[in-house]
Amino acid sequence: MQEYLKKDCIPCATINAAPEINPVIYPEADLLPLSALQHLLFCERQCALIHIEQAWVENLFTAEGRIMHERVDSGRSESRKDLRISFSLPLHSLRLGLVGKADVVEFHREIRQNGNKTSDLVIWRPFPVEHKRGRPKKESWDKVQLCAQAMCLEEMLSLEVPEGALFYGKTRRRVDVVFDAELRCETAETARRLHELFASGKTPPPVLTSACESCSFIEVCLPHALERPKSVHKYLKSMVGDP
Amino acid sequence: MNTLYVTTQGAYLSKEGETVLVSVEGVKRLQIPVHTLGGIVCFGRVMCSPYLMGFCAENQIGMSFLTEYGRFLARVQGPVSGNVLLRREQYRRADASEFSIAITRFILTGKICNARSVLQRALRDHSDKISHQEVEQAVTTLGNALKRIESINNLDELRGVEGETARSYFNVFDQLITHQKDDFYFRGRNRRPPLDNVNCMLSFLYTLLLHDVRSALEVVGLDPAVGFLHRDRPGRPGLALDMMEEFRAFLADRLVLSLINLGQVKAKGFTKAETRAVMMSDDTRKEVIVAYQKRKQDEILHPFIGEKVAIGILFHIQALLLARYLRGDLDGYPPFIWR
Repeated sequence: MQEYLKKDCIPCATINAAPEINPVIYPEADLLPLSALQHLLFCERQCALIHIEQAWVENLFTAEGRIMHERVDSGRSESRKDLRISFSLPLHSLRLGLVGKADVVEFHREIRQNGNKTSDLVIWRPFPVEHKRGRPKKESWDKVQLCAQAMCLEEMLSLEVPEGALFYGKTRRRVDVVFDAELRCETAETARRLHELFASGKTPPPVLTSACESCSFIEVCLPHALERPKSVHKYLKSMVGDP
Repeated sequence: MNTLYVTTQGAYLSKEGETVLVSVEGVKRLQIPVHTLGGIVCFGRVMCSPYLMGFCAENQIGMSFLTEYGRFLARVQGPVSGNVLLRREQYRRADASEFSIAITRFILTGKICNARSVLQRALRDHSDKISHQEVEQAVTTLGNALKRIESINNLDELRGVEGETARSYFNVFDQLITHQKDDFYFRGRNRRPPLDNVNCMLSFLYTLLLHDVRSALEVVGLDPAVGFLHRDRPGRPGLALDMMEEFRAFLADRLVLSLINLGQVKAKGFTKAETRAVMMSDDTRKEVIVAYQKRKQDEILHPFIGEKVAIGILFHIQALLLARYLRGDLDGYPPFIWR
């Protein structure tokens, strides 16, 4: 699978192609959390701290996010004439090796002419909507997570999912996202890197950036102190001598 | 990193939304947001709802139940979590004598250094009230031990040095008590049960410290039961006891001394049972807890990471540094050394 994904973004070329073209799939036991993609894109070390070290830091932001998700997380579904909505829908993709949940997936009713037959064809087109606490970001983190959800839906439902949306709590606005080839490539590549990180089982050393100051893991990560750690032996030598 | 200590008998703790609700006889007494808490410690007859326990376990808020007198009873723990790879590394190191010796040496270096600093500080601050010769002698003994352990490559020998240094430190500990000497004296360490006021306070503070250190190790994903200096024994939190060593003198012992020397505790706050066992009154226990919590809020410069941190955060930093050493990211374990 990893080899396959490395070959110039084949996943984006195989959308809706016959599944047998894709020979390698991840076994269920090796699926990784879909939510880890955004952690990986934000910071590889943070991703490892959360998913390998299993560290968790609750702060105001994560608490807000959790409460917001708990509200969405009710497992309900709604149904109208042209729209069905599913909440916290379980997803996976064996091609990407991911498993997780979509906050909200809307299914939009589409009517297609069914060739020369008289009856129309009805398709319920999935349209994932992910809820985010903050405001739209210039980076692609949220888009990649949403795109991964779309790719999961495509694999599970054998339907094309061309678009979705991100809903931002701060602005209370929906931003439409088109799942183009470029975004799909980035998503597949991120999933591949995630599997590499998990396979290594190692937490990468910190790299101090401006993002560190606002990161909830700063006290667990200690980027200032551990980016270039001092020698413990030198430290002890200097401390043990008479003060 | 606040810890909620509940000493009111008959109190009931429950989860309400994102808060801990403390009520007594159905009357709400206190409500605190959960995310501001690092731990909850319940003394005596304190009850908790299972939902609160589950929530604490899930959010890595350490929750302990102690008797009214501070003896550890139980701890609430959710599913085993943390990094299994890290824990395996810890076990491998504990099984390999070379590593155990190295880690034990780091731990002892911290412990002896800090004990020596407490004595040196006392010599400086109370030069008029202290018999210099004896205390200075102990300082020298500890200094020599620090040099000696560098070349010891045997666990039992290291443990032997530990015993010797602890004896010479506690031999002069009584000298550091400069006030209320009739009521507070130290003739040696005893703990099961404590037979004098000083031992009673020491044991109690060590229990509070152990709770904090243990929670920090668990949060980092280490197994608090598998130690290096302290051999495995069922029910004994070996690693937590190991990591406590560097904090005992600097944090607990000094706090006991200042509570006595500043007159914050009085003899009437202690009772003696028929067996000579000494117990604290509720008020004294509260006084000690408050002093400990206040002390944890003091800031201090961490000499290894070079950052100013609250003393209460030190446990977490040390647990992290130990994990970094076990994973091979550091060339040793840097104990916290107080200057």
